[in-house]
Amino acid sequence: MRRQGATGEEIVEALIANSATFEKKTSFSQEKYKLKKQKKYAPKVLLRRPFARSICEAYFKKNPARIGFLRVDTLSLLLSMGNVAANSDVLVVDMAGGLLTGAVAERLGGTGYVCNTCIGDSPYPMDIVRIFNFSNEICKSIVRASVSDVTSQSETSEQSDQLESACNMEIQSNEQKSSSVSMEDISLSSENGVSDLILEANHSPVNKISKSHKVGEKASQETLKLWKENGFSSMIVVAPELDPWSFVKDLLPLLSYSAPFAIYHQYLQPLATCMHSLQVRKMAIGLQISEPWLREYQVLPSRTHPCMQMSGCGGYILSGTRTATNASSQQ
Amino acid sequence: MLPTDPTKKISFTRCIKEGDLVIVYERHDCMKAVKVCQNSAFQNRFGAFKHSDWIGKPFGSMVFSNKGGFVYLLAPTPELWTLVLSHRTQILYIADISFVIMYLELVPGCLVLESGTGSGSLTTSLARAVAPTGHVYTFDFHEQRAASAREDFERTGVSSFVTVGVRDIQGQGFPDEFSGLADSIFLDLPQPWLAIPSAKKMLKQDGILCSFSPCIEQVQRSCESLRLNFTDIRTFEILLRTYEIRQWRADCTQGTGGGSAGSIRHKRKQHLIEGSGEQENPNNSTVMARPNGEARGHTGYLTFARLKCLS
Repeated sequence: MRRQGATGEEIVEALIANSATFEKKTSFSQEKYKLKKQKKYAPKVLLRRPFARSICEAYFKKNPARIGFLRVDTLSLLLSMGNVAANSDVLVVDMAGGLLTGAVAERLGGTGYVCNTCIGDSPYPMDIVRIFNFSNEICKSIVRASVSDVTSQSETSEQSDQLESACNMEIQSNEQKSSSVSMEDISLSSENGVSDLILEANHSPVNKISKSHKVGEKASQETLKLWKENGFSSMIVVAPELDPWSFVKDLLPLLSYSAPFAIYHQYLQPLATCMHSLQVRKMAIGLQISEPWLREYQVLPSRTHPCMQMSGCGGYILSGTRTATNASSQQ
Repeated sequence: MLPTDPTKKISFTRCIKEGDLVIVYERHDCMKAVKVCQNSAFQNRFGAFKHSDWIGKPFGSMVFSNKGGFVYLLAPTPELWTLVLSHRTQILYIADISFVIMYLELVPGCLVLESGTGSGSLTTSLARAVAPTGHVYTFDFHEQRAASAREDFERTGVSSFVTVGVRDIQGQGFPDEFSGLADSIFLDLPQPWLAIPSAKKMLKQDGILCSFSPCIEQVQRSCESLRLNFTDIRTFEILLRTYEIRQWRADCTQGTGGGSAGSIRHKRKQHLIEGSGEQENPNNSTVMARPNGEARGHTGYLTFARLKCLS
């Protein structure tokens, strides 16, 4: 019928007319049958503007592994527990393809910064940030910095500024678009001087630039200095493949005193050991491990009940507040 | 409370000053909001704490009483505020609050309408989400509660982003001045279906509404009323399960496990003592987690809907 050019509605009517069992169904059942056939033969597509919640839901349904099985309610809890607000400086470890970074940036609204940091040398991909369709203003608030960048004492600040601008020029002259960022971290404490670093910039692939919106630029010297002086106002970690304690002990001193943090993990045990270690060293208080539970309902006259399908696990979150007692560990 | 005020931003350089609101943390389930006053003292079962000792210290510090007991002083956040505020009504907790803010798609600059204000738990988080360029207009029919809420918002420093009105939204609907201006609306009313026609007028195209109701009958009536002009109607339930942890030392003889298990642990301990002289041997103990015995079974149903776009 489709080949003959019949519309979806006509096909559905024909199916109903030819169905042997349709007459015998209850009215509820008939409605359900019709909806099912309509979905298949007369699909309606709605275009919506992208937002953190719809992007998260879409990925969780289609490709949850890409976002570390981060469910919508878990993501929303991370944003609340991480006290994300305009003018904050939020430190994030984002191994969810950029979903967390994007969600934080959305709530910052272009003010403050979301600093995307990585454990080790290679930065994590942030492709999902592009899907948010952010304005230039918001894009500028998304920056990258390695842990060493933020913690090192930069005595050669002037030299580093020159290097920064040299590297930026290199990047702007290349117009490649690559899907993953692999810009090498420039070690500020390097003593080898300018020549080495410019060589590196020549060899390293360009950071991804989609149209005119540059996301994930390296944090400027000024910003790094600001973070060192004031600390980050909060931290959110989504690193489902790593053991949290191994890097949280290094990142926590970067947070301001009394700054909240939230760490997500797919598994409970690593968070339990992390919580214990934090407690023993008195690095944080108000520690809590939470597991969100979400259930959707079908609400129809005489047919109201929870949906038959449900997500079994949205992961676990360790949340807490940094104390000021370890003042000596501030670098 | 919000970092939009630079003097209130959480930072290494910020110290407790006279007039600041601090959260006194005794235990994770025992906290209190206190306004710092040069000549005041804070009393609890650990002793008396002089406020003057607090002034000049950074937030997050441990402070001591005259008897040697201690507490921590934390900077207020909407999450901590929800746990310490005085309950004039039943309040929303972090699980519902965070989900609502995400689904209402609130970002800085949004205009939100809320009714009822209640104790202002959700309102404080809404203010954080829309500050500094947005605004929350919240309404409660109870004049006394509205006044208490206004006081709270002053104390927490969010009053420039929140306007409290006394109004019966079920009977009168939202004020006409907001027609077509609201990005999102939140309803926590006994009969939300009475407010839905007014909500429809207030919302921008594709604006989002959320209704929180403890009872399923309320949800059913609300959804019926929503179907006329709203689409994408979805109802959820969200709960938070918390876990407690404990360290289990391999050398302790507790547990009702079989005898063979006990002797294996004993052997391990012997081996370890011979091997190393370290005090805290990681192999000797594991950290275990289990769900808390006390759990919340239900708070309410959250129903979300988008205003239909007229083509």
